[in-house]
Amino acid sequence: MKDNEKCVGCLICMFACGRAHQAAGLESSCIKVRSQGGISRGFSVFVCRGCDDPPCARACPEDALIVRKTGGVLLKEERCTGCGYCVKACILDAIGWNNGKNKPVICIQCGECAKSCHYKVLEFVRK
Amino acid sequence: MIKEDPLNRVLYIDLTKKKFWIEERPELFTKYIGGTGVAIRLLHENCPNDIDPFSPDNPIIFAVGPLNGLFPIASKTVAMFKSPHTGNLGESHAGGRSAIAIRMAGYGAIVIKGKSERPCYIAIHSDKVYFRDATTLWGVKEGLSVGSLIRRQEPGAGLRTIMRIGPAGEKLISYSCVTLETYRHFGRLGLGAVFGSKNLKAVVISGKRDINVTNFKEYKQLYEELLLQLAESEKMKKYHELGTPANILPLSFSKGIPIKNLLTNEIEKIENISGESFAEKHLGRRVACSHCPVACIHLATLRKPYEDEPYFYRTVYLSYDYELIYALGSMLGITSSEDVLKLIEAVEDMGLDAISTGVILAWITEAFEKGIINETMTDGIVPEWGNTECYVELIRKIVYSNNELFNDLRRGIDYTSSKYGGKDFALTYGKNEMPGYHTGYGAHIGYLFGARHSHLDSAGYAIDREAMTTQKTVEELVERIIKEEQWRQILSSLVICFFAREIYTSDVIHKCLKLSGFGFSEEELSEIGREIYADKYRFKIKCGFDIDNLSLPKRVFEIPTSLGFIDKDFTDKAIVLLKEKIKSLL
Ligand code: SF4
Ligand code: SF4
Ligand code: SF4
Repeated sequence: MKDNEKCVGCLICMFACGRAHQAAGLESSCIKVRSQGGISRGFSVFVCRGCDDPPCARACPEDALIVRKTGGVLLKEERCTGCGYCVKACILDAIGWNNGKNKPVICIQCGECAKSCHYKVLEFVRK
Repeated sequence: MIKEDPLNRVLYIDLTKKKFWIEERPELFTKYIGGTGVAIRLLHENCPNDIDPFSPDNPIIFAVGPLNGLFPIASKTVAMFKSPHTGNLGESHAGGRSAIAIRMAGYGAIVIKGKSERPCYIAIHSDKVYFRDATTLWGVKEGLSVGSLIRRQEPGAGLRTIMRIGPAGEKLISYSCVTLETYRHFGRLGLGAVFGSKNLKAVVISGKRDINVTNFKEYKQLYEELLLQLAESEKMKKYHELGTPANILPLSFSKGIPIKNLLTNEIEKIENISGESFAEKHLGRRVACSHCPVACIHLATLRKPYEDEPYFYRTVYLSYDYELIYALGSMLGITSSEDVLKLIEAVEDMGLDAISTGVILAWITEAFEKGIINETMTDGIVPEWGNTECYVELIRKIVYSNNELFNDLRRGIDYTSSKYGGKDFALTYGKNEMPGYHTGYGAHIGYLFGARHSHLDSAGYAIDREAMTTQKTVEELVERIIKEEQWRQILSSLVICFFAREIYTSDVIHKCLKLSGFGFSEEELSEIGREIYADKYRFKIKCGFDIDNLSLPKRVFEIPTSLGFIDKDFTDKAIVLLKEKIKSLL
């Protein structure tokens, strides 16, 4: 997150995240854009920061989330039972949910969101 | 349409019985696309012709289209209802979070009928609909925001829309608006009053889903191309930077901006209320409708001292636009940006349509000068050009005073001037107050014949701009107006923001429609545009709209436009021709 103050709340980054997960729409998006209590106060953007010791992975009872060396986690879909513990464990609320599959959608650290934001609110850095 | 697309689902809500149900209507959407096209069909189906606009049977219809949620800047919702202001077609468009929220909740349209016994608000969260008690919210005065109270109660932060009315809507003022997300509005033609008549304080909608496309790879490519154009094209620059108020200076330079009820087209210090001046002095933040990278919504900060206590200030954010600066600025002889903001605040607090309110205040001022109304009738207020305090007072009186004049003013100036006199300078078109362009024939004839009497129907001011270099004959003008309005039926059925009309060319629209599972040929598309336009006129006429008795306000002939004086002969001919053309479509 580079500069929340410049966020205009257009949700273009959310839709970009959806597309990065081969979807059109918002359901598969891992990004959340929220107003800070009414639009006049501006917006906050919540996105996966690729924790080194990710609580989401620790919360998963099935070991379906594999910690990546380069940051973030990878979902082993076949192991996931759709319990949703990971979603609750991430205090950034940076995990999406695919209702059709009943599985989480995990940030793949592609940087598409940052690329699509005209206002340079987001910045993507590889570790 | 793609088979599983939820677009074809219409949500019906009955406020009397507190019931809701969903009907699948694929035939409606495959034929009329969505937005305006579907809304007018639903209006025909659900609104009996002879009802009072405040009857529980008057439906409130919201509709979105196939591109909402799929492509950037397809971010608007169409609302339709029988207008309490004109007695016929009520149509209004708004963005904010609304379109994306309705689409993501899984609907193409929502129809609200009946009347709640007590004040209530409706919360729609995907497939669930809740009827919530709003007794506590009813009568909430300015200052305490209904939006923030609802925000605390409902889920869906960030993606939901919260549409609500103010005191004006509760009091059934025929030009009250519905406010969305604090800064966007279903402004014109009185949707707020229809909400009020149903005891409906607010509607909250949220949802989240994915939508299918026919070819994901092509979709992604086209999406990204469009995004780039929206960001970089010169065509969008104006909205990016100063926003619509960028028009103030060029229009005043070409004498196209109405001043003091159009008693003149010149005023000193207009540069103080220009887009440049607002940006420099007040711009506090820019925000966007959902799924639009342009972010044309400019929020100004207004710092207001407390009168009874030193070193206490209140800072409010207010959104400003060209039309507001015209109606609450130049039209009232106000040339201070701070004063314009004070009036915007008053209008926002009450939940009134800013354009109608400004034009009404201007009429009051002139009527007062001419002795048609006097101090006893105005509860002692003396309206005066440029005097912001008296206008703020008048706005409050219109909403709260019970004297006869203010009661009448709650129905607009067509009604008031019919009763008291002063019709020659009542700037209304088909009973709707004038938008801010006095640019020439295109603008005025456009307002008069537009299905909703708005400058957005056919953009007559843009036609006038062309006419500055090449003069148009009556036939050419009429042709252009009709063609543009019919094409706009397509844009507003897809519900694309009109600001992007030059990017969404017919070629781009074809590609977008194909990807969302609609295969219309070019002829089919223009046929649909024609049909929707005719359908709107059918509804108007069914409600008693008298197409044979339309004329322009006398005042517009008295003050030169950007193109010089308007010639009565020319407009008479254009009116006759337009009537014929429209009748031949029906
Ligand atoms: S794309 Fe940028 S400006 Fe738009 S919502 Fe996302 S972070 Fe905010
Ligand atoms: S999803 Fe949340 S908890 Fe997991 S790595 Fe990303 S930020 Fe950390
Ligand atoms: S250009 Fe402005 S009005 Fe149009 S969708 Fe974008 S933010 Fe909304």
